[in-house]
Amino acid sequence: MPSLAFDRDRDLVAADTRLVLPSGEGFMCTLQLGDVLRIVDLEGNQAVDTLFFDADRPYDHYSAAKTIAAQGNIYLTTGAVLLTESGRPLVRIVEDTCGRHDTLGGACSAQSNTVRYGHDKVHMHNCRDTFMLQIAMHEPRLAKRDLAPNVNFFMNVPVRPDGGLEFADGISGPGRYVELEAMSRVIVLMSNCPQLNNPCNAYNPTPVEIVIWRRGV
Amino acid sequence: MSMALSSFTPLYTLSIPAGGRFSMRIGRGKRLVVRAEGPGANAALWLYRADHPAERLNVPDTLKAQHTAKISLFDVLMSDEGRAMATVVHDTVGWHDPLSGVQTRADVDKRYGETNFQRHRNAMLRSGYENAVKELVRNGLDAGDLVPPVNLFSKVWCDESGRMHFVSEFAPKGSEIGLRMEMDVIAIVSNTPHPLDPRRPYPSVPLTLSVYQDEPTDPRDPRLKTDEARRAMENTVWQYALLR
Ligand SMILES: [Zn+2]
Repeated sequence: MPSLAFDRDRDLVAADTRLVLPSGEGFMCTLQLGDVLRIVDLEGNQAVDTLFFDADRPYDHYSAAKTIAAQGNIYLTTGAVLLTESGRPLVRIVEDTCGRHDTLGGACSAQSNTVRYGHDKVHMHNCRDTFMLQIAMHEPRLAKRDLAPNVNFFMNVPVRPDGGLEFADGISGPGRYVELEAMSRVIVLMSNCPQLNNPCNAYNPTPVEIVIWRRGV
Repeated sequence: MSMALSSFTPLYTLSIPAGGRFSMRIGRGKRLVVRAEGPGANAALWLYRADHPAERLNVPDTLKAQHTAKISLFDVLMSDEGRAMATVVHDTVGWHDPLSGVQTRADVDKRYGETNFQRHRNAMLRSGYENAVKELVRNGLDAGDLVPPVNLFSKVWCDESGRMHFVSEFAPKGSEIGLRMEMDVIAIVSNTPHPLDPRRPYPSVPLTLSVYQDEPTDPRDPRLKTDEARRAMENTVWQYALLR
């Protein structure tokens, strides 16, 4: 396991990448071992749908089931190690000022919107459209078959002991962030969710900030 | 239509020993029945659309559309394309786990002791990951097509903090689930231990799989529990109306 590559009080000015990602837009990059990615929920209650792939074996993608079974808990927070289907570590959450991130809700799509909200919602913008456009424009070239169930950072999807599942108001807030350290070479694929049908973001998708510190190797 | 299965002859039957696996193309309107021949069985199930396998079981869409973290009677297993793939039309268990996935070879070696074919012949202990990958490749897919399955016959519940609790030997001997296929699918089943099952040694419960003639679900079927399930069913009906 690689050690933490950075000081806790690292300076935003020293970051290698800083960008604001408006809702409805995507981001894709490759992190090297030890690189740190911070995602900031600028206005609160946003959802950032994120997928990870082993950059050296892109067929080995993030596995929600593997990750939650390995830690015995369906939520992600500090200390959680996100695993691939074959059990390889992808990233570790090294800091989290939100406290809980969803592993079960997956990404919205035009097609799932027709199921959840009505057939007429098929034309609305959605996270899978963002994922598909990102993978069409970036190397390595992934395909729709690589789009497995993803993490939703800042999203709150509680499960009840009786097996009920709900979409609750977020426990995130303006300025809260999550920080991920790459445990190998990792492809990150993100969609800042444009969902306008779900009350948990008050029907108001908002921008997030992405900050990356490169370890310099 | 409610079908008394005992009065019908299956089109196909297969026994799967512990560690065994199955994959088969099953047509729209057929019913796959999985039966546990002992207590505490687990059967990981994946579904891919037969003529376009980029469409496959999507656990998140299935769960959030039906506001559930378990699969039970008249839940619909949905694809990532917003369509009904299969409907649970028969269930003596009441809870099937869609959260926990399968074990890899490394997990199995660590938990139950290392086994390999050279030393143990066919008594070597199989992993759900390897079983699924073999069947994916056999069907022209690859490891990248692996997604979270539904673990039939296993119950995992979550407390307020999100901690997962496995209920040991939840499904009694003779438990059955019947899945009506709403589209032509490649069904993959792996008879391998649940990742949270604490039993040692390797749990060994045979399964019987049977496929029966049935009919696709009518989107107006009043037993569908939600409007979401009805709309997913409509999406499938429209796709088949265009294909056939
Ligand atoms: Zn979304």
